[in-house]
Amino acid sequence: MSAGTLYDKVWELHRVAELPGGATQLFIGLHLIHEVTSPQAFSALRDLGLGVRHPERTVATVDHIVPTTSQARPFADPLAEEMLATLERNCAEHGITLHGLGSGRQGIVHVIAPELGLTQPGMTVACGDSHTSTHGAFGAIAFGIGTSQVRDVLASQSLAMNKLKVRRIRVEGALQSGVAAKDLILHIIRMLGVKAGVGYAYEFAGGTIEALSMEERMTLCNMAIEGGARCGYVNPDATTFAYLQGRPQAPVGEAWARAVDWWRSLASGAEAVFDDEVVFDAALIAPTVTWGITPAQGIGVNETVPTAAQLEPDERPIAEEAYRYMDLVPGAPIAGVPVDVCFIGSCTNGRLSDLRAAAAVAKGRQVAPGIKAFVVPGSEQVAAAAEAEGLDAVFRAAGFEWREPGCSMCLAMNPDRLEGRQISASSSNRNFKGRQGSASGRTLLMSPAMVAAAAVCGHVADVRDLLPATPAASPSPASPSR
Amino acid sequence: MSSSVQPGAASPAPFPSGPIPSCRGRAVAVVGDDIDTDRIIPARFLKCVSFEALAAGAFADDRRELQGDHPFDRPQHQGAAILLVNRNFGCGSSREHAPQALMRWGIRALIGESFSEIFFGNCLVMGIPCLTASHADALALQQAIATDPAAEVVLELEALEVRLLGSVESPGERRWSLSLAQGPHRMLVTGQWDGTSQLVAQDEALRRTASRLPYLSSFVAGSS
Repeated sequence: MSAGTLYDKVWELHRVAELPGGATQLFIGLHLIHEVTSPQAFSALRDLGLGVRHPERTVATVDHIVPTTSQARPFADPLAEEMLATLERNCAEHGITLHGLGSGRQGIVHVIAPELGLTQPGMTVACGDSHTSTHGAFGAIAFGIGTSQVRDVLASQSLAMNKLKVRRIRVEGALQSGVAAKDLILHIIRMLGVKAGVGYAYEFAGGTIEALSMEERMTLCNMAIEGGARCGYVNPDATTFAYLQGRPQAPVGEAWARAVDWWRSLASGAEAVFDDEVVFDAALIAPTVTWGITPAQGIGVNETVPTAAQLEPDERPIAEEAYRYMDLVPGAPIAGVPVDVCFIGSCTNGRLSDLRAAAAVAKGRQVAPGIKAFVVPGSEQVAAAAEAEGLDAVFRAAGFEWREPGCSMCLAMNPDRLEGRQISASSSNRNFKGRQGSASGRTLLMSPAMVAAAAVCGHVADVRDLLPATPAASPSPASPSR
Repeated sequence: MSSSVQPGAASPAPFPSGPIPSCRGRAVAVVGDDIDTDRIIPARFLKCVSFEALAAGAFADDRRELQGDHPFDRPQHQGAAILLVNRNFGCGSSREHAPQALMRWGIRALIGESFSEIFFGNCLVMGIPCLTASHADALALQQAIATDPAAEVVLELEALEVRLLGSVESPGERRWSLSLAQGPHRMLVTGQWDGTSQLVAQDEALRRTASRLPYLSSFVAGSS
C-alpha cells in the first residue's frame, strides 16, 4: 500500500468521514462544470430539494457544444442553445461563476482553470469530464466524475470515493528534438496499455518530467485516463510555482509564500512507498502516431503497423477490429498514410506552446491540396496570446483555418466533425470508433507539430524532417506570464 | 434520432431503488475488450438536458454498422436485464449517459472481466452492480448464453454468484462465483449506493475538513 506520496497526503487532508457503505467521503476543493454533464445534476438537486453547498468552489464554462466558426447567439443548433441556456440559468440561480462566451476567460474547462490559477497544488479537483486528470499536472488529485457525482459535489462539496493504488512512472533522460509531451504519453500508453491504470493513480516523476513545462505536464496528465488511470499527477516544484504566480486566482503577498511552503510539503518524499513502479528512457521515444482504435495502438512514426503476429495474443482481437475499421495494412509504414482533415486543438493540445510548436512547422509552408486543416485555440486567453504574437497569421498564410475556442472536433458535439470515411490527423486524445462525429470516421492521434507536418505533407510525416536540425527547433516552453 | 432502434423491453423493470439483493432476467453479451463509452453512446446523443430518451442511443453506431445483427437488436435478447462483457468495459469518457442508456434499454446489472473506474462508479451510484468474473468464467457464461439465450440468469448479490437456471434445451443449473470490492458490495446490498443524503448529513465533518484546508482560507490560517 502506498504511503507518503502526494496522493496519500492529499487524500488524508480531504478525508471527511468513512461512510456506512465502506467508501471514504472526500472533500472536493475545486469543482468545474460545463454544459454537457451538469444539467441533469441540477435537476436532481432540485428534485431532492437541495441547494449548492459551496457555490464559490464551483466554476463553470461552456466548451463541448460551442461552434468554432460563429459563436453568435442563439446557436444555429437549438439543442446546443438549450444546453448553454440551461447552464446559464443554473449558474445564475445558484450563484456560480460562469466564464461564458466573449468573457475573455471562456475556453475548454481544462485549459481555463489552470490559466486562471484556479487549479493549485494539493487540491482535490473534480469535473464531469474524464480529462479532469489534466489538473494533476499541478500536484492536485484530479479526476473525472459522472453526472450523479456532479450532483453530489454540488450538494455536499464531497464525493464517496475508494482510495486508489499509486504507480510511479519514472522517466529519465532527454526527449529528442521534435519529440513532444504528447509523444511521451502516447508511448507510455502504448507500452502499458489502456487497462494498466485501472485502480491506480499515476505519479509521473523523474528527470524528464521535472524538465517539462507546465503545459507539457498538462498534456501528459490529460491522457492518464487513456491509460486507464483516473488521475495522474506531477509533484509541484519551482516550475509549478512560476506558472501560478501572478495568475488571477493565485495567492499573493504573504499568502503566496505560505502557499508555496505548503505546496512543497505535499510532494512525495524520498521515503514515499509506491504500489508499483515503471521506468522509461526518454531518449528512446520517437514522434508517435496511433494506427488503431484505442490510444494504446500507437507506433513511432518510422515504424510499421504491427501485424497480428507481432502482438500479444490478447491484443489481437482488438487489433483485427482496428485493421478492419481503419483500413490500414498490417506491416505497412504509418508514414505516408494520406489524411483528409488536420485538427490542432483540444484539452490535450490546445494551449499556447502547442500552437507555437505547430506554427513553427506551418510557417512558410502550405497545407497540401485537398486537405482541410484548422486550428482551435483552447481558450479565449490562448487565442488572444496567439494572435498577439502573430500565430493566427502564420496559420492563415499556410492555409489553416483559425477558429474560435472550444472542444471542436475532439468529440464532435458541435458542427466540427469528420464526414464518412475521412481520416484525420488530430492533436486530441481519443481515436475511438466514431469519436470525431462520423460513425466510420478515422482518427490518427499525434502531437500538434506532427499534425502540422501531416497537413503540409498531405500524409503522416516525421516532423523531425521538417525542422531545422538544432535543439532550438523544439518548442519553447510556454511563458508563465499572463 | 437513430434509425430502427427499439427499447429492449416492452415493460422494463423499474429503475433500481433501495437494497439490491439480487437481479434476475435474461442476459445479453457484448463481446470484446476496451469497449469505450463513445461506443456505448455516441456523443451526438449527449445533446440533451435530461437522460430520459437515451435508450435509443445505446450502441447506436455499432448497431447501425451491424444492421440488425448487434446483440441489442437480436430478437432473442430483447428484454434482457443482465449485460455480459469482457475487459475494461466502459473506458474513455466519464459520460454517465452511457450507463443511463444501458439502464433505460433494460440493463440492471453487468458481469465482466473488468470495468473502467469511472464507469463502475457511475453504475454504482445508479444502483447498477458491475460484477467481475474470471476470464474463463466470463467466457463460459457468454458461451452458455450464446447456446441458450432464453436461459434465466439469477445474480445473487449477497452470495456473489450467478446461477444459470436450467431450461428445456440445457437442463440442470450451472453457477459461477463473482467478485466485487467490499465497499461497493455493502453499498448495493444495504441500499446505501445512492448516497447524496449520507454526504449531506456529514455537515459537521465537512466543516472540520474545510477548516484544515489552507487554500480555503487564502492561506491565512490553518496552514500546516
